[in-house]
Amino acid sequence: MSLINTVPETVLTTKVDDLLNWTRKSSVWYMLFGLACCAIEMMQTGGPRSDLDRFGAVPRATPRVSDLIIVSGTLTLKMALRTKLLFEQMPEPRYAISMGSCANCGGLFQLAYSVCDGVDKVIPIDVYVPGCPPRPEALTEGLLKLQDKIQQERWLVRKPDVAVA
Amino acid sequence: MSTAIDIDLHREGPGGLETEEMTLNMGPQHPSTHGVLRFVVKADGEVMRRAIPDIGYLHRSIEKIAEKVGYHGFMPYTDRVDYVSAMQCNQGWAMACEKLAGIEVPRRGEYCRVIACEFGRIASHLISVGATSMDIGAITPFTHAIREREYINDILEELCGARLTFNYMRIGGCAWDLPPGFARRAIAYLDRFEPLIDEYNELISFNKIYVERLANVAPVSRERAIAWNLVGPNLRGSGVPYDVRRDVPYSAYPDFEFDVPFGTGERGTLGDCYDRYMVRMREMKESCRILRQAIEGIPPGPVVAKVPRTFKPAAGAVYTRVEGSRGDMGWFVVSDGTAFPARVHIRTGSFAAMAAIEELSQGLMIADLVAVIASLDIVAPEVDR
Amino acid sequence: MEAERIHGLLREKFGNAIEQGVGAGDWPVVTVDGASLAGIGRLLRDDPSLDFDCLSNLSGVDRKNDDLIEVWYHLFSYGKRHQVALRATTPRPDPVLPTVSHLWPIADWLERECWDLLGVRFVEHPDLRRLLMPEDWVGHPLRKDFVEPDEYHGISTRRESLLKL
Repeated sequence: MSLINTVPETVLTTKVDDLLNWTRKSSVWYMLFGLACCAIEMMQTGGPRSDLDRFGAVPRATPRVSDLIIVSGTLTLKMALRTKLLFEQMPEPRYAISMGSCANCGGLFQLAYSVCDGVDKVIPIDVYVPGCPPRPEALTEGLLKLQDKIQQERWLVRKPDVAVA
Repeated sequence: MSTAIDIDLHREGPGGLETEEMTLNMGPQHPSTHGVLRFVVKADGEVMRRAIPDIGYLHRSIEKIAEKVGYHGFMPYTDRVDYVSAMQCNQGWAMACEKLAGIEVPRRGEYCRVIACEFGRIASHLISVGATSMDIGAITPFTHAIREREYINDILEELCGARLTFNYMRIGGCAWDLPPGFARRAIAYLDRFEPLIDEYNELISFNKIYVERLANVAPVSRERAIAWNLVGPNLRGSGVPYDVRRDVPYSAYPDFEFDVPFGTGERGTLGDCYDRYMVRMREMKESCRILRQAIEGIPPGPVVAKVPRTFKPAAGAVYTRVEGSRGDMGWFVVSDGTAFPARVHIRTGSFAAMAAIEELSQGLMIADLVAVIASLDIVAPEVDR
Repeated sequence: MEAERIHGLLREKFGNAIEQGVGAGDWPVVTVDGASLAGIGRLLRDDPSLDFDCLSNLSGVDRKNDDLIEVWYHLFSYGKRHQVALRATTPRPDPVLPTVSHLWPIADWLERECWDLLGVRFVEHPDLRRLLMPEDWVGHPLRKDFVEPDEYHGISTRRESLLKL
């Protein structure tokens, strides 16, 4: 008697990695880091119509308890130093989404003397969401792309050391 | 009768213990939704001695950029001066430029501007009222406000294509005319929204805890409000019935009939947080009234006057005021005859409100500081530009 | 009160510190000598027929071609509903003006902003330090000859064009 096709289709057979990543990506808690106009769109994305909570993302007040920082808005030079501090206060594994043109590259404020051209000059970014400001659908897609990225991570099995050429 | 408490800092506590004040830091990242603002709070336990504001975390040098991009090119930047209600900022800039060059806007263009501005005002007051509730601790009205704002975003999106930073107006009028069917959809929204204002009042405004959190907190007398140059609902909350739309009429506002609500100290002292909050709730109703009149009575015609591509007004200086959602915004534009302005200075209502907090916060509790910031409706881009 | 009467009252009190002629328009412009600003401000605020209880605006303008910095004061009266604009000039190499922050409390921050962005020093101001720029910023950004620094605390302010292939 073979075991082929005996497992009912209601049972998921998956690797432990996939299971753990699925639980991790479904509960990415973001820090309320609204700087400028994109913050309003972030609030609307968390609002009733396009709900971020259904993807498991709830807003948190402090960096110590959040997984994700959504840098929404223009980063000025004065704020850039504090942003670096806040990101370093987040416990690992931590992710960062750069939302909007200003956070991606300075946006329309590249002409300004007090604006940092892009938040990737101070912290490493995982996903860039374009727009000025990005629609809630765009931010949701950014979050889903981050979830895909989390799903691909492999961290249970220790990899052998690879020699760098 | 205010809730300020007299404190004597270097006093001996029970058992011969000395107390001293502690310095706390609030911001620039904090869960309140008003943007990047920082306060250095010197407190004795729960009672604040002073809350010193520290601003500049969103200083995007918008005024200097005007000198680089020219008159037409500056219009998208004006949205970012107060992104919660961007239409009024567009209007302020357009009006200042039109005054410099003596351009007259066609009647239909003025009506379109009023319609856009009043929708923007409702949207901004929704955020303000929702954020006040959320800061006090009532999270649910905020979600209601965001839901209503989504419908306004839809209406303004079909008008000009953007949900938040509209860039709808041009020097000389508006960029696009009202799309077909707009009047019907807008009136349908107003019919749906006006009864909801009463629903929100029942939900939160007369709630005992809410009233106790806001009434008698940081009352601002009429003289102090004027000395601190508080404007808009902050000024009207202190009992000064001044509204730029009615007292220095501009655009199409002389054609409309509307009241200007002002505070009377109904639940506490005159000029406290509750008065300012109720002025905003009532203003939403007045905006609905203006909108109905504007949509019914809009005349036919063009929406924009002919303005040259390279806009070179005569040399001079002009100071125009528009009634923004946070009070009157003064647009000071100096032209030197070239295609780029020599100086643009935007004097906003939140700047003065932020400056006044240091005086208002003396003797309040730390939790009241959040209520004061929320009731003064401060947004960071207006403070920093 | 009409502009000519306000101008006449000021000339009566301050003589040659007030220039001849008052500009037309809804904010009539009175050009004044910077050194007497404190006295002029006190008369405008305290005289019961003038009653200018609100300083609506204080802006500096950098007139590089004339080697001057102009500071404009827009005053408004809620009681009498009249308004006037004062214009004071000060030489560009070392701009100094008396403060009016003891008359209108909002002038405290408006003058700090003017100092921060244009470099105008206000004598006897209670706390003249930078308002919008970071404390260790060098230079006054709204001046026409301001040169943007190349970096700030290690963050470079230059961004390569993203269109390079």
